[in-house]
Amino acid sequence: MAKMAVMEGSHAIAEAARVCRPSVVSAYPITPQTHIVEDLSAMIANGELTNCEYVRTESEFSAASVIQGAQAAGVRTFSATSSQGAVLMYEVLFSIAGMRLPCVLAMANRAVSSPINIWNDHQDAISARDNGWIQLWAEDNQEAADMIIQAYKIAEDHRVTLPVMVNFDGFQVTHLYEPVEVYDQKMVDEFLPPYDPLFKLDPKDPVTMGALAQPEYYTEARYMVHAAQITAKPIIEDVAREFGRKFGRFKGGLIDTYKMEGAEVALVAMGSILGTMKDAVDEMRSAGIPVGIVKIRTYRPFPVEALRAALKGVKVVCVLDRNISLGMEGAVFVETKAALYNASESPTMLGFIIGLGGRDITVRDIKGIVDKGYKKIGGERVSELEWYQLDRNILPEGI
Amino acid sequence: MAEKMRLTIGLVTKPGTTMQYHTGGWRTYRAVINQEKCIGCRRCADSCPDGAPFECAHDGKKKKFCVNYDYCKGCGICAYECPVDAIDMAVEEK
Repeated sequence: MAKMAVMEGSHAIAEAARVCRPSVVSAYPITPQTHIVEDLSAMIANGELTNCEYVRTESEFSAASVIQGAQAAGVRTFSATSSQGAVLMYEVLFSIAGMRLPCVLAMANRAVSSPINIWNDHQDAISARDNGWIQLWAEDNQEAADMIIQAYKIAEDHRVTLPVMVNFDGFQVTHLYEPVEVYDQKMVDEFLPPYDPLFKLDPKDPVTMGALAQPEYYTEARYMVHAAQITAKPIIEDVAREFGRKFGRFKGGLIDTYKMEGAEVALVAMGSILGTMKDAVDEMRSAGIPVGIVKIRTYRPFPVEALRAALKGVKVVCVLDRNISLGMEGAVFVETKAALYNASESPTMLGFIIGLGGRDITVRDIKGIVDKGYKKIGGERVSELEWYQLDRNILPEGI
Repeated sequence: MAEKMRLTIGLVTKPGTTMQYHTGGWRTYRAVINQEKCIGCRRCADSCPDGAPFECAHDGKKKKFCVNYDYCKGCGICAYECPVDAIDMAVEEK
């Protein structure tokens, strides 16, 4: 039996990063940050993480630039970010992916200003969806930590060679204490071999990285990143299964399903909300209501085929978005609809904006959303998109 | 248009070098040295941002300068600097 410990999510993620033996960790603990890089600095100072350079930078832009440079020099790197800090990293994140540097970044998902709000939602990562990074989304402390280890294996696979962002909810994961398995270094070393870069900066054998591509080459350069994302789909599945065999925990590759047998209404979501959703579904299943869950575990590459298969035969799909593409709908809703639009059978789709800026989501909220799905099945008018928790009483008059 | 090169992952390539890439193709005007007027002072070679003029011969009395047209971009600095107006900027004709 593996050794368990009650750990804060941030500490569990720092532990996972430690056993992956990064050579460079960059940190700019801007507010809002988490304890992840703080814990890693203590591990290095205490000699628990050796042969690792901890670089304190003057901004999150620099923190991203440091892992970019170090990864280009041929070593494994780690950094963590969140919210405003992540937004400041965006320019560098595009560059890291375009240069095919397999960095791993821990992203504690939080709202983005304005208004200032340090609490959880998914806007920081969703607004970074087009930059070429693979995005994995964890549900709890254990999965977030396990995902860090899997992320290195996926990123560094020579068929992929793309950076991976590991997403987990700010506060709901980062500041929550849960039982987490303590990693055995030997097992992690067996699972994750030392980093073998496809290319690196070396004065003895100089190369150019991040070159200019004129119009006759740029399309092909972008296509290669897209092709690597598509190639990564089965590799993400394989790595998750291999991790499952080695460590005894498998929570899905691209997606995971929960009680989808004979489901009439399916809920689709990402992140820590899955725990609440499972409680709600358990209660509804006990009451004889056939409702199930599809969890999106990999948001980039988007699991089009897996979603089509999982949602086949469902009458109504309710997508819960902890983000909003202002002027349209939630990003997961838009993309799930797009994935199913040309499928042979396409269920009715309803979108719900929920849990923005740290607003709690309860079992009652989830049941209310399922009720909307059943109203739709019953032929009642239900709007395609609903800001589910919107309190119209506090809006200015006329809105 | 030269044949397109085959791309690599991340566009990682051998470092760029003007040994292979000839910037003279950007030129609209070409520097032409009038050898009758030239006094061999070397000011054209020293003032050129690309080192295009170079000492190509010595007749025993003075140095002779030629222009490497693989790199002359036609900026005209040499013509401006020449103390005896020995350099003409001639329109490049294809």
